[in-house]
Amino acid sequence: MQWEIVIGLEVHAQLSTQSKIFSGASTGYGALPNTQACVIDLALPGVLPVLNRGAVERAIKFGLSVGATINSPSIFARKNYFYPDLPKGYQISQYELPIVQGGIVLIQIEGGEKIIRLTRAHLEEDAGKSLHEDFHGMSGIDLNRAGTPLLEIVSEPDMRSSAEAVAYAKTLHSLVRWIGICDGNMQEGSFRCDANVSVRPCGQEKLGTRCEIKNLNSFRFLEKAIDYEARRQIDILEDGGVIRQETRLYDANKDETRTMRSKEDANDYRYFPDPDLLPLEISPLWIDQIRSSLPELPQIRKERYVSELSLPAYDATVLTNSREVGDYFESTVKLLPAQTKLCANWVMGEVMGQLNKEGIEISSCPIMPAQLAALLTRISDGTISGKAAKTVFESMWQGELGKDVDALIQAKGLKQISDDVALEGLIDQILSAHPQQVSDYRKGKEKAFNSLVGQIMKATQGKANPTQVHSILKNKLEQ
Amino acid sequence: MTLTVTDVKRIADLAYIEIDHGEAEAVLTQLTGIFNLIETMQSIDTSSVDPMSHAQSVTQRLRDDEVTETNQRESCQAIAPQVEAGLYLVPKVIE
Repeated sequence: MQWEIVIGLEVHAQLSTQSKIFSGASTGYGALPNTQACVIDLALPGVLPVLNRGAVERAIKFGLSVGATINSPSIFARKNYFYPDLPKGYQISQYELPIVQGGIVLIQIEGGEKIIRLTRAHLEEDAGKSLHEDFHGMSGIDLNRAGTPLLEIVSEPDMRSSAEAVAYAKTLHSLVRWIGICDGNMQEGSFRCDANVSVRPCGQEKLGTRCEIKNLNSFRFLEKAIDYEARRQIDILEDGGVIRQETRLYDANKDETRTMRSKEDANDYRYFPDPDLLPLEISPLWIDQIRSSLPELPQIRKERYVSELSLPAYDATVLTNSREVGDYFESTVKLLPAQTKLCANWVMGEVMGQLNKEGIEISSCPIMPAQLAALLTRISDGTISGKAAKTVFESMWQGELGKDVDALIQAKGLKQISDDVALEGLIDQILSAHPQQVSDYRKGKEKAFNSLVGQIMKATQGKANPTQVHSILKNKLEQ
Repeated sequence: MTLTVTDVKRIADLAYIEIDHGEAEAVLTQLTGIFNLIETMQSIDTSSVDPMSHAQSVTQRLRDDEVTETNQRESCQAIAPQVEAGLYLVPKVIE
């Protein structure tokens, strides 16, 4: 039987505020245990939460950038469960009337684009951290993370493969960084995914029973966990079994998912509106202000790169993966507007390649857009070949000669020979030295032509302008 | 909706409240009374009334995103039953 995999994702994006969602404690990462957990985070008696404007603003930013409805009023609710890293005995979250409702995310898949619908995105507080190493048979609790603002982004079950789920997660990841609401650091847990996975026979409308896989903190694990889980469910169904609705954990070491808790003992969270927090009203004026502060969104910029800069869709996608890369490209192309494709190739190729190799971000790139543009100008005006430009690029990267393009070309003797008279003389010499190839070519052997070009390049140490070499050589051979 | 002793025991379980059978029976009678009251209220037509999400008709005040709390770990941990390496210690929560 053919099976269809159905996936919905819940993404927790940690909002990049300075202080917590309901207290004035710092959200900084990596502090000593409990040094950033104030009396509100500890839930000492008598304290009250006060909502952080910065967290609300970031949620609205997100809502606007996915074309969602911003609910006003929006309501905070208590989600009740017991765990020592949740000192209040409930998490403040949203249930009815989340701040963001609906919206869509466009993902790039093989053969085009696909719309993934969002159900909602709501604000909530993170819990603390439990350390289960041995403290004389006890657990240690660090509440620094308790109260950190999260935006939980819930999609509809619109994805049909692990590849689509990864494309969606990556698109969201790039979007939250692009609009500056989350640093996207997955190692530090700033962006984590839960996947709801079910399978059904192809053509069947009714959804299968789903399992939720918790806390996938890398795109690779997300992909592998979904593939494993779908395979597991298909195997059970093909053997005539039934899927139990449950929460599962992905074990990266064993590459498998296993039961965390089943539906029967699943928590009944008994949500109810939090009486400590009033309904959140968001004025249309505030929404307008936030809308006008939004940067050009990646989707819009991508379309502009295709329509205005005539770049292929693939290039436009790569260059809008992050705002920093997009801005770098944009600054380069602004200085060389006639060479959009050349700029795109170099940013995607040499620049990103070298950054990846050294594991650094584009913000620390040693070559500034203006310096790259200066180099590319020398390719486009025929001063140097693309190959020579790579040599200059490497030297600039190392900071040689103050990264001065022309000084480097001069010092390394990379200037192309573009002088027609000089080239003609040289080509005449080569032709008389290789009569065999000349007669081969004239007899119709195309290969002989390339061999002659090779000889010319060799004689000039690769510095002859290839376009000129081609036309002069062709003229001479066809005389 | 009719409540049973099993429901009461499940709710008690979720709330981490220990009750014996006799108490559960008594709570069942009380809860059933509350449920009847809710049923009576639900028979009123409220379709023209906006749902009330808070007892006061004021809206949420917001604070600026600034760190205003300093490290109070020492005083907070002074009242904790057990601490070590800056952590609050609790009975082991994982099997």
